[in-house]
Amino acid sequence: MSDEIKNIQVTIDNITIDVAPGTTILNAARQIGGDVTPPAMCYYSKLEGSGGKCRTCLVEVAAGSTADPRPMPKLVASCRTTVMDGMVVKNMTSEKVPDARAGVVEFLLLNHPLDCPICDQAGECHLQDLGYDHGKEGTRYQFARRTFKKEDIGPYIQLHMTRCILCYRCTYVADQITNKRVHGVVDRGDHAAISTYISKAIDNDFSGNMIDVCPVGALTDKTFRFKNRVWFTKPVDAHRNCTTPGCCGKATLWLRGEEVFRVTARKDEWGEVQSYDGKTGWICNTCRFETKKTESWTIEGVTAISRHSVIGANKYKTLVTPNETVKKVMKGVEPKLLMDIHSVSGVNNPNIHLSDINGPAHSGDFKK
Amino acid sequence: MGRKLLLEKAHVEGIRHYDVYRREGGYRSVEKALKMQPADIVEEVKKSGLRGRGGAGFPTGMKWSFLAKPEGVPRYLVCNADESEPGTFKDRYLMEFIPHILIEGMIVASYALGSNTSYIYIRGEYDWVSEILEQAIAEAKQNGWLGKNIQGSGFDCEMYVQRGAGAYICGEETALLESLEGKRGNPRIKPPFPAVKGLWGCPTVVNNVETLAAVVPIINEGGDEYAKIGVGRSTGTKLISACGNINKPGIYEIDMTISVEEFIYSDEYCGGIPNGKKLKACIPGGSSVPILPANLLLTTAKGEKRLMNYESLSDGGFATGSMMGSGGFIVLDEDQCIVRHTYTLARFYRHESCGQCSPCREGTGWMEKILLSLEKGKGKMSDIDLLWDIQRKIEGNTICPLGDAAAWPVAAAIRHFRDEFEWHVNNPEKCLTENYGLRHYADPIHVPTN
Repeated sequence: MSDEIKNIQVTIDNITIDVAPGTTILNAARQIGGDVTPPAMCYYSKLEGSGGKCRTCLVEVAAGSTADPRPMPKLVASCRTTVMDGMVVKNMTSEKVPDARAGVVEFLLLNHPLDCPICDQAGECHLQDLGYDHGKEGTRYQFARRTFKKEDIGPYIQLHMTRCILCYRCTYVADQITNKRVHGVVDRGDHAAISTYISKAIDNDFSGNMIDVCPVGALTDKTFRFKNRVWFTKPVDAHRNCTTPGCCGKATLWLRGEEVFRVTARKDEWGEVQSYDGKTGWICNTCRFETKKTESWTIEGVTAISRHSVIGANKYKTLVTPNETVKKVMKGVEPKLLMDIHSVSGVNNPNIHLSDINGPAHSGDFKK
Repeated sequence: MGRKLLLEKAHVEGIRHYDVYRREGGYRSVEKALKMQPADIVEEVKKSGLRGRGGAGFPTGMKWSFLAKPEGVPRYLVCNADESEPGTFKDRYLMEFIPHILIEGMIVASYALGSNTSYIYIRGEYDWVSEILEQAIAEAKQNGWLGKNIQGSGFDCEMYVQRGAGAYICGEETALLESLEGKRGNPRIKPPFPAVKGLWGCPTVVNNVETLAAVVPIINEGGDEYAKIGVGRSTGTKLISACGNINKPGIYEIDMTISVEEFIYSDEYCGGIPNGKKLKACIPGGSSVPILPANLLLTTAKGEKRLMNYESLSDGGFATGSMMGSGGFIVLDEDQCIVRHTYTLARFYRHESCGQCSPCREGTGWMEKILLSLEKGKGKMSDIDLLWDIQRKIEGNTICPLGDAAAWPVAAAIRHFRDEFEWHVNNPEKCLTENYGLRHYADPIHVPTN
């Protein structure tokens, strides 16, 4: 990756970064990280052709490029818009984006059952996170919500269409990873549904990956359903020598005590399945559904979980959280934009990595 | 009476068949075009100022010149005959009565664009029209206007008719291409535009039926001659399909210099409002464009007479204007209820939304439900503001223009007829039995009462 030509300069929320040609705005923003990154519910970097549908990643393009600095008339889907040299993008700093995004969140939640208390996805649900981060309190919708009949799509996967946000990710998985797609979107508009036509069961070695890519609780693991809440389980990284061709054998085991409750592929910071040496780490159904004994796995260590995630709650008691002075100064408002302090401060020693410092950083840490 | 270019021969006995069409001067433009360079034809169309007749009004010559021409990759011409905008039926009329003009225009366009395979994507409901077209194509082929080495020019062109299965969304050009490829008719995310990556990933031009038919007079008479008809950037003639509360609904070919007032009231065109009723409102360009109350329809906000052309109809933006659109002219008289009318449209868009992107999928259904409750007298005052907010959040935030098309009619109805919505909230017991009527949208035209 290091020898990649990075000659396109793009500015997102006043932070400038050089990226390779053909990079989308979203991926450029992910390289910056933090609050600059728009949320994405349907885009999945490992699935070709995904994205553009949910509209949560809408951003404002204040200047198209150096050659043509006109702003784009509409908000654009950052996941499907490639950057141009000299492009200026506004995400959190835009006046229009938060309003449009709150609208999209409202639309996504309009017919969503909000049955989080009984949903297995709760705690690791992207829609839940999106709702908390960008949504509004309460709903203005006063009609009956749309519901679907539960449909049986095979021995391992439960389809709960009522929760679906039609991101199409699972259909891309079936197209690109399994050898045959037997499900898809039937009907149209607000009655469109994911279905295996005439309830044909999904039976494929890699079908379980649909569960991993589903951003909501529409596709859940039948072997895990109602067994436990994710935040009671402890995720550990593990691997095994899997003989299924195409399976990476690297997984996250979700333990409670010694018992393996669930096996998933390993996820990165954007909630996507991790890549190893440029190959996406999909796992096969044997690893996922049928290898649920710790002795079958070599455990590597505790999975790194974001400290903001509910999954990490109560597990890492020794963690010292920094004293958020910004929040105090700003009368309780969380800081929205974080920047790399090395680049703006002459005081800090850039050779000392912030994550190596135990606890809040003090000037002494940089004098070592 | 303005000139007729497309419908001039539409009522000649047997014009549907090749022999009569040829005798009346058909296929002359192909003869002429095959002797020209393709680039010169594009130039001619550019000179004519022809604008897309499907609704957006994008200059056709410019669209053609955008077509990418990589070596070794086929290019395609697709005719969009998926005419499904409520109130629009001009393309059907053209294809049904004078199908050869479309085929003639398509051969010229195919030659200009270098497309050896061209498609007519026709909506599923027009099954009898598709048969007429197929017969016309067979006749053209028999007479050497299609197939290999057309008229000895060395140019090959095959033409096929493909029927849709009844979805409004397949009139959106990228959804149409998906459907033509045999997939689910979901609009594609642009860019890439069809001019670069269209049908089967190849450069493609998608044009409306009327646009392609208009190529025939442009080539016959020359682009400059064509540009003389009309006014300003609205050149040539336009087919208007007029319906609703008028004495003479039907298809009219106008030259875009006549006023809206003349179009509605003169006997040559719509012939006025029946039963001595007064004009309340009108949708000038198919159901998606903003509705205008009578006072703003006949005169612009500047006090000028509104004309039937692209610029004049959109004068004042959406605040006080509308759009030419596809030419579906729907007239509403004083007995029509705007709330009910808006609900009907919202129901249509909800049914036709493809469900791919969330604002349109969820927003259209929500608007329909609110409008239904308002229509039934079960609405609240806050619902009107809510509707406004929903349409605002759909507009511009969707993949394809269906979201905008669903949002604009609702926005315009609230913008111009808010008091009628409020009356529905305030008079729940009356709103299903009585009509709000005209109130202050009085018809400024004197209508004789006899």
